Amino acid sequence: MAEQLRMVEAVRETLRAELERDDGVVVYGEDVGRAGGVFRSTQGLMDDYPDRVFDAPVAEAGIVGLGVGLAATGLTPVPEIQFQSFLYQGFHQLAQHVARIRSRTRGTVGCPMTIRTPYGGGIHALELHSESFEAGFAHVPGLKVVFPSSPAETKGLLTSAVRDPDPVVFMEPTRLYRSFREEVPDEHEIPLGEARVVDAGDDVTVVAWGSMLRETLDAVGDVDASVEVIDPRTIYPLDTETITESVRKTGRCVVVHEAPRTSGMAGEITARINEEAFLHLEAPVERVTGYDVPVPMFAREDAYLPDADRIAAGIGRALDFG
Amino acid sequence: MPREDVAQFTIESVQVLSEDGTVDEGLVPSLTDDQLLDLYEGMKRSRRLDERAILLQRRGELGTYAPAIGQEAAQVGSALAMADDDWIVPSFRESPALLARGTPPHRILQYALGMEEGAEIPGGEGALPPAIPVGSQPLHAVGVGWGEALQGRSNVAVTYFGDGATSEGDVYEALNLAGVYDAQTVFVCQNNRYAISTRLENQTNAETLAQKAIAAGIEGIRVDGNDALGVYRVASEAIERAREGEPVLIEALTYRRSMHTTSDDPSVYRESAEEDEWEARDPIVRLQVYLDDRGVLDEGTKSEIDERIDAEIAEAIDRARESREEVDPADMFRYAYAEMPPELERQFDAFGGGADG
Ligand SMILES: Cc1ncc(C[n+]2csc(CCOP(=O)(O)OP(=O)(O)O)c2C)c(N)n1
Repeated sequence: MAEQLRMVEAVRETLRAELERDDGVVVYGEDVGRAGGVFRSTQGLMDDYPDRVFDAPVAEAGIVGLGVGLAATGLTPVPEIQFQSFLYQGFHQLAQHVARIRSRTRGTVGCPMTIRTPYGGGIHALELHSESFEAGFAHVPGLKVVFPSSPAETKGLLTSAVRDPDPVVFMEPTRLYRSFREEVPDEHEIPLGEARVVDAGDDVTVVAWGSMLRETLDAVGDVDASVEVIDPRTIYPLDTETITESVRKTGRCVVVHEAPRTSGMAGEITARINEEAFLHLEAPVERVTGYDVPVPMFAREDAYLPDADRIAAGIGRALDFG
Repeated sequence: MPREDVAQFTIESVQVLSEDGTVDEGLVPSLTDDQLLDLYEGMKRSRRLDERAILLQRRGELGTYAPAIGQEAAQVGSALAMADDDWIVPSFRESPALLARGTPPHRILQYALGMEEGAEIPGGEGALPPAIPVGSQPLHAVGVGWGEALQGRSNVAVTYFGDGATSEGDVYEALNLAGVYDAQTVFVCQNNRYAISTRLENQTNAETLAQKAIAAGIEGIRVDGNDALGVYRVASEAIERAREGEPVLIEALTYRRSMHTTSDDPSVYRESAEEDEWEARDPIVRLQVYLDDRGVLDEGTKSEIDERIDAEIAEAIDRARESREEVDPADMFRYAYAEMPPELERQFDAFGGGADG
């Protein structure tokens, strides 16, 4: 039976369903147990599954590294990293072991871990609570990097992530946790690596994921053109086909992300468009992104984050070119 | 001899000023009346700032704020044991120590207003900005303490962190590196019993946090962290040892009486009976009783101090509010690099032009 849920509730209900379905699933992380997570996305799970939901010490390298061992024994670790920036503390375990264990063991040991972490700005959080290091994770071979953009998408994608045999970094847009409700089906799986065409259109393609999808949809409302909006949903593996097919049709593309511009995913997407659809382009691919500066604290955050105006301006430039 | 003990360790615990305000005369540090009043006033100033900041946050003026109510003795007591040119390397809950070291309160408020201005270090202040990632900054303190030693100076670095931080790998690395390099560093671990909702027994199986020093081959000692005189004494001794290249880890046993941050609700994870118990051990009340008895603090002085603090903090709030009105967003481009690289310059120009770069 479908229910109206917020994203944070969709996370919780998905975890509950996966704990119920598979008694190998283990949920742990800082404050996820007794307090139910700092965003309450694991609230009540410890009461229902006291043997498989745990509070962890403040030790991200530990939390990430433990996953390799838990997985080696046959379990499915689903840890939470409290804020994405603190995955940096576990990055060496992620890059050196989690992502490579399958290759290093010639396929005999995998790490079906899903690391959930809130990311991104827009909630007036503290310093280092608003980062989007997405391209950094996508740059590590062996990882999958997934972005839900709504409660129903969360259910579908998180279910697939937990069931996936490979390690997944599941990036939850903090600002969408409680921003709206949506009908969420009970059983719902969205394959990883498949983009969604959110709006069909003919004049320009806009690619955006996570929190930026919402801003993009706002921007498109004000644009006097037929805009095709694509949510890749995973940036690794990236559904190149859906994007390039759209660009072959529209001839123009804007890529939006809140992470800094240099070496961001927009560069990768532009390169793939160049490889697959170059002769169809009628304008250079536009990028609307954060800047190459540390994400400012919240007094300046609005100036950093792409918003509907900046996205609309980017779409305008793509449309006006040539 | 197939099996024998090869090493044995003990951890010492210190209390000078007991919960009822009486002291162990043999241990009282030799402080002048003025120094004692500084200690008291420093604790009161911080308490008042925290109380005002929580209210401002509730009214929507400040962002997330981490109060240190209950931890004033651990911080002010150790901060006042430092010399003027020693370094402080704080985490995110160190307003008592920072205020005691001379950071003006408006800067703490600016930081809580989401303004980088609050983290600015005017020249020669001997401080690093608040470290938000838990347990990351003790390594910097070891770098400072070692750097000072390499340059033939005797300044020390005093770094602060919580009980939760001791679970982070960086903290182990810092303790170990300090021992290896004879870094002029003092580690002040404020064991306030909770890391957000996580209790000490879920954080570590160790009996004390001071003993984390043992594996690193440095000195570890515990002190009653709500006893300003005890903290001052232990910190003074530790700082003098650190000047000689012998790092020390101090575990100050205390209690975070308020919320973890203003986004936290402690009723989810702790009982009010426990909170009441610790209210009775409040560090400010305890020192006040002692100062009263010693005849250092009469009613007149007390209200003088309160009035001075109220005026200072009211002014700091005005100043922080005014600076908030003048925030220049373009500022975010100015400090990412010493010299702005061409890519960034292009982004900056486009930003200035109002269009996306
Ligand atoms: C590396 C890292 N992980 C997680 C967090 C989120 N977080 C902020 S404070 C905190 C608990 C810290 O507890 P403790 O070290 O005891 O210090 P206290 O807050 O009690 O002063 C956590 C988990 C963080 N800021 N940094």
